[in-house]
Order: sequence, then C-alpha cells, then structure tokens
Amino acid sequence: MPSETPPPPEAPAPPATVDAIVRVRGLRAAYGDVTILEDVSFDVKRGEVFVILGGSGCGKSTLLKHLIGLIEPAAGTIELDGTDLTASTPAERRELLRRFGVLFQSGALFSGMTLEQNVALPLQEFTPLPREAISRLAQLKLSLVDLDGYEAYRPDEISGGMQKRAGVARALALDPPIVFFDEPSAGLDPISAAELDQLILDLRDSLGTTMVIVTHELASIYAVADRCIVLDKARQTIVAEGHPATLRDESDDPYVRSFFNREPALAGRGGR
Amino acid sequence: MNVVASAATMELEDFVLRLTGPLTLETTAPLWRQAALLGATDGHDARIDVEGVPRCDTAGAALLIHLRRLLGGVAIEGASEQVRFMLDVMDRPCPEPPTAPPADRRPGMVETLGTFATQVLRNAADTVEYIGGLIAGFGEIALHPRRLRWPDTIVYMARTGADALGIVVMINGLMGLILAFQMGAQMRQYGADTYVADVVGMSIIQELGPLMTAILVCGRSGSAFAAEIGTMKVNEEVAALDTMGLERTRFLVMPKMVALLLMMPLLVVFADLAGVFGGMVIGTTYLDQPIGVYLGNTIARIGLWDVGQGLIKGEAYAIVIAAVGCLRGLQTGKGAQGVGVSATSAVVSGIFLIIVVDAILTVIFHAL
Ligand SMILES: Nc1ncnc2c1ncn2[C@@H]1O[C@H](COP(=O)(O)OP(=O)(O)OP(=O)(O)O)[C@@H](O)[C@H]1O
Ligand SMILES: [Mg+2]
Repeated sequence: MPSETPPPPEAPAPPATVDAIVRVRGLRAAYGDVTILEDVSFDVKRGEVFVILGGSGCGKSTLLKHLIGLIEPAAGTIELDGTDLTASTPAERRELLRRFGVLFQSGALFSGMTLEQNVALPLQEFTPLPREAISRLAQLKLSLVDLDGYEAYRPDEISGGMQKRAGVARALALDPPIVFFDEPSAGLDPISAAELDQLILDLRDSLGTTMVIVTHELASIYAVADRCIVLDKARQTIVAEGHPATLRDESDDPYVRSFFNREPALAGRGGR
Repeated sequence: MNVVASAATMELEDFVLRLTGPLTLETTAPLWRQAALLGATDGHDARIDVEGVPRCDTAGAALLIHLRRLLGGVAIEGASEQVRFMLDVMDRPCPEPPTAPPADRRPGMVETLGTFATQVLRNAADTVEYIGGLIAGFGEIALHPRRLRWPDTIVYMARTGADALGIVVMINGLMGLILAFQMGAQMRQYGADTYVADVVGMSIIQELGPLMTAILVCGRSGSAFAAEIGTMKVNEEVAALDTMGLERTRFLVMPKMVALLLMMPLLVVFADLAGVFGGMVIGTTYLDQPIGVYLGNTIARIGLWDVGQGLIKGEAYAIVIAAVGCLRGLQTGKGAQGVGVSATSAVVSGIFLIIVVDAILTVIFHAL
C-alpha cells in the first residue's frame, strides 16, 4: 500500500459537458401490476439541490430507487451523467453507482459494523488511502454530522435520528458528485435539521455536489431547494415543478397550494 | 374506583332501531353480533334512535356507521353533542383505491402456468448467475487472497467451526456407539464380531462422519447465513451494498464460504475420531475386545484414501451449505416472515443437496 497520499478518488465534477446530470423521460414505476407513478419526466441540473416532494406513500422513495438503479422502470428511460441506466450492463451500472452517495429512508447502515467502519468501507474499497488516513477521514465525516465520539458504536446502539446522520456521513464518504437522500431530516430535532440543511448548502457551494433530496420538512425545503417537483398520489405523476416559494405563492393547483400551506387537502379529489 | 361497566342494548321496533347505554369498546361487542342478524329494510322508513346513548367512542361510532349502511343510509336521530361530534369525525368517505390491489384478481389457469414458468426460468437464471458469481469469487480469491475480507472470515470460522465442535463430537461419538452396538448384536450371532471395528470405522470415516457433520453444520450455519443475509436484505443493507458498487458475492458470500471450507475438514477429522471412539467403547465393553485389538483392527482396515474420501465429501458439503444458505438469504422476500422462510428453506434444500452430492460422490469413489 503506497504511503504518500494519493489524490482523492473523485475530484469535483468535471466541467459540464452534459448539463443535466439526471435525465428522466416518460418513467413508469410499478410494483407488479400496481402502477405507482406514470409519465414522469424531469431533469436535475449539475450542482443544484433538487427536492422531490409529495404526500406519504405517493412514490418518492420508489422514484429514488429507480434513479439509483435498484428498481427497473416499467417504461421510460433514466440517464445518469449521460449514461442510460436501463441500457447499461451490471458492471457499467456498478461503476456508475459507486460515484453516488445514497441515503436510504431506513438508513441501511451495515448492522455488523461500527459507525466508523460503515463510513470507512467505501474509502477502503475504492481508494488507495492508507488505513490511518481512512480512519481519520471517517471520523471527520462523522463529526460533520455531529457524531463525534460515537465511532465505535454499532447501528443498533444509537437512536433513529443518529442512524440517519450516520447514513449521511457514509453517503458523503467519497465526496460523491451527486447524492440521493431519502428524508435525511426525518427524526431530527430542529437544530440538527438546520445543521444538516447547512451541510447540504455547504457541500453544494464548496464541492459543487448535486443533491437529490426527498423531504417533508417545509422549512428545510425553503432553505435548501433550488428547484422541486411535487408528486401526487391520486394523479400518480408530477403535478408541479419549480422553486418552492414560487409554487407556494403562484401555483394554480389546489393540491400543491395545500401542500405548501400545510392545510388538509380539499375534499373531492379522490378521497380526503 | 369501582366502575360498573354499564351495558348497551339495541332493539328493533317498528323499523326504529333503538340504542341505549354508552357505546364503547367494552359494550359494543354483543351489538355487533346482533347487527349481523339485521336485514335490509325493504324501502320501509327506518331510522336509528340514539336518544338513550350518553356517549360513544370510536368503536361505538363505527357501530353506528355500520348500522346506518346496513339499513340503507337511514337517519341517526337524537344524538347527543358528543355522539354527533364522534360521528362527524369518524364518518369519512371511503374512496376506492386508485389501483386495486393485485390480490383481488384471480388469474386464470393459463396465466398461472405462465407466471409459474417465468418464475421458474427467472429463478434458474438467477441461480446460474449466482453460481457464476461464486466461481468468479473463487477465482478472485485464488489470484488475490488479500481481497478476501479476512476479519469477517475469521469470525465465521469461529462461529461455524469452533462453536460447532462440541455438538459434532457428541453426535458422531453417539453414532459410533449406536453403530457398533447394532452391528455387534447381529454379527455376534455369526461369530463375526471381530469385524465390527472394520465396519464401524469404514462407515464413520467414509460416510457417516462427514454426512452427520454436514447435516449439523447445515442446521446451525446454513440457516444462520440465510437469516443473516435475509435480515440485511430486509433492512436494505444489501441494496446499500449494491448502490455502493460493492459485489454481494465478495462481501456476503465469500467470507462464509471460505470459513466453512477451512473449518469443515477439521470438523470431519474430529467427527471421525469421535465416531471411532464411540465404536471402541462398545467394542471393549459389550463385545469384550481389548482396546489394542479393536484399534489395531480399525487402523489396519482404514487407508489414507478412505479418510481422503471423507474429507473431499466434507468440502463438497461445505460448498453446498454456504452456497445454498447465502442464496436463500439473498432471495429473501419481505419482512420478518421472509427471513424465517429463507432460513427454513436453507436447511431443507441444503440437506437435500447434501444427500444428492453424497450419492454422486459415493458412486464416483466406487468407480475409481
Ligand atoms: N416493495 C413494494 N412492493 C409493493 N408496493 C410497494 C413497495 N414499496 C412501496 N410500495 C407501494 O408504493 C407506494 C409508494 O411507496 P413509497 O415508499 O415510494 O412512498 P413514499 O412517497 O416514499 O412515502 P413516504 O413519504 O411515507 O416515505 C406505496 O403506495 C406503497 O404501497
Ligand atoms: Mg419514502
């Protein structure tokens, strides 16, 4: 193992050859016979914080799992950084995916490893860094999410919100050019949530990281989102796209307005 | 406090369904049973009278709503303020779900067959892909042994080998004991009891030692592998591995596989020794053979190749146990139930395959 420090594995994204780092066209998401989303098309631009909104159970996590190649779309295409995910071989897909940071809604930390080992794993696997540097780096990432002192804990020895934060640290281990976060601030107190928002903005500004985030926290949406899409369970597709403040003030769609104004949805649209 | 659970009653009189008493979780059970006997009102002007109901909880409101639907949407009269409020809160429209759940549809026979066939083919394809991954995994480790996750492997070696030693020794000792006793009782009649040492030694070393060990290890470790990987699958840890670009085979399967391959020969050797010892106990007591004679007979009969056959079988079983356990784990469906199913099927299909492999190897060794 070389002792001189090699360059970090992934330098910040190269100059934008493709403007849209994620390009989704005509996506249909289904579990077996049950369609969850239909005709979903959108672009995520390089270096923006892109937020996916929608009611509980409308298919946000499902959409995210499509974007990271865990589920095959029933129809439509997904391009990541110019590569068609649906047409790529498993090896190509793995190569593509290892450059992404992913936070699952459940955290999905490796239960057999300590927090430090969790964060260190991608570093060990994909960088030639010496053991000591990896350990330092892992501790640093954990302290980014305020988990100093918990390096040796296992996932089942920490709280739900702490697991979420450790998941964020693991997703950021390789300084990925794009991250996918599923409800990063769920289960966090207002202060931790605000700190996470700040971290998201800092990463965008310092490393140019593109962020695709699913969240329900209105406050955090206004704070971080450059652009958002709103999914509706009843219509099974995107019902609005734009800056959250603009959507709140100007959208004609009753569902979107209810969503941003935090009021019960109007009766008479497929239930309550 | 001395709370007397006051009862609620319901009676039907002139198409007026009259309820009295508080309608709560405790009081409504008999009324539901009574309600099952009510029929439609055939256009009569029915109504529900709740004048005598001082209060109701969600269960009471649910009953009232149920009764109203049952009677064809009749009026509920005389409700107290609390009851009315409860009804307002609880009586929400039940929209049809936008997409009917798939279970509601009964597929026809052709479709069932088709689905089944695709399922079988897909499973077969997955299994072939998995086996391919295993072979690639072995190749990788042979070329770069450092790529194996040794710390994990050592943990599994302890769990599958050291921890199993006691039970393996005990069971195989008992096997030798039983075998020698059964053989001895029969062979004694023909004065052939000097051959008991040969027969017991050969059976244990060529066949029963490795087989019993494999069945034990399959039950202990095969199921544990399946449950562990299954739980990781349910917790999305496997998905996380995938998205991190880490191969499932290398992370989840190879450490377990290598650990078993390293431990199995040791377990088999201990099993052989224990089995021979068990036989010797019977030989020296029940059959009155001196220890030296019994052991001498055993050693004279058993060659290195006989032990080798047992060890080869043991390694083959190890591959089967690890491969099946991990495959079942990776195939785990949803939830805690899925993990249970995987663990069970890891043992069942593991033991089945062990016997099949045993048969094949026995035939091959005899042909050699
Ligand atoms: N594995 C699955 N199999 C079948 N249906 C599923 C599966 N996962 C999710 N669904 C269905 O897909 C729909 C969308 O689920 P999803 O998890 O994407 O919702 P979500 O928008 O992330 O909700 P939340 O905000 O509560 O996390 C739900 O109606 C759910 O029933
Ligand atoms: Mg979700």
